[in-house]
Amino acid sequence: MTKLEQWLCGLALLGSAWAALALAPPGLQPPAPLRQALLPLPLYLLVAFGCYSLATVGYRLATFNDCEEAAAELQEHIRAARADLRRRGLRL
Amino acid sequence: MAARGPGRVSVLLPTYNERDNLPLVVWLLARTFSDSGIDFEIIIIDDGSPDGTQEVAQQLEKIYGSDKILLRPRAKKLGLGTAYIHGMKYATGNFIVIMDADLSHHPKFIPEFLRKQKEGNFDIVSGTRYKGNGGVYGWDLKRKLISRGANFLTQVLLRPGASDLTGSFRLYRKEVLQKLMEQCVSKGYVFQMEMIVRARQLGFTIGEVPISFVDRVYGESKLGGNEIVSFLKGLLTLFATT
Repeated sequence: MTKLEQWLCGLALLGSAWAALALAPPGLQPPAPLRQALLPLPLYLLVAFGCYSLATVGYRLATFNDCEEAAAELQEHIRAARADLRRRGLRL
Repeated sequence: MAARGPGRVSVLLPTYNERDNLPLVVWLLARTFSDSGIDFEIIIIDDGSPDGTQEVAQQLEKIYGSDKILLRPRAKKLGLGTAYIHGMKYATGNFIVIMDADLSHHPKFIPEFLRKQKEGNFDIVSGTRYKGNGGVYGWDLKRKLISRGANFLTQVLLRPGASDLTGSFRLYRKEVLQKLMEQCVSKGYVFQMEMIVRARQLGFTIGEVPISFVDRVYGESKLGGNEIVSFLKGLLTLFATT
């Protein structure tokens, strides 16, 4: 199963469960408080996911390491490399 | 009885116009391997660079020996995937390292890749910029945001089991890379992503080692809208087909 198919299956499952409960005909409706919570649930979940995404990306952006030492070390290595290669006969 | 070494490591270096960086990366590789007592060969796949990269490569071959530096050039720019396939034909090592030739990847991490590989008998060891003390030098906030945002998207959509999907500093067991190259069809960033996704599908194990990525060309080559669009297209294709 591809990831797309997994998503579609998952959404179909959750969607039909939600529809069965939230949009049921008057005879089969769950109690009122449950229905009130159920109806806007998809929207709430979407918004919650949106907030989670923003928070996660924001956090990861803020903690993205800056490799200052690596850059400095590389400069040193480049100098050593050039000198040694010249000694070994490299002509640019 | 002394512990056996990891066997030979073959480094695949596709190059295009890397006249200045090639000798430096080769010097760093040679030094890292000799300091760690690792048997190696470097396969340079140059795609007909007009800037004299091949002349420099020939000088390096004389300096280090043709058993260590293998020149396997091609006539023109034919793409990364085919460069790996081409280079692999000549690789005699049991491990293959792929990396960038522009010094954004430092060879010093290769012994760590090998250690990690041994630790978990991994099929692939992937260098990651996003975990542990991995990181980047030379990116502004916008570039970092795009990077983290894109990576978040790939994690949500593909759940790949690896933190850095677009990274290209990796160690593969030779048979694993051969198997993957048969299956992967994408180009560019997406090609690196596809390798990891297919690897997981085929049941290969992936270990990670934090690496530092030193970008010295970001100032000249900004990440353009085109690349972002093709990344998204590639991501959605992988989402729908794997």
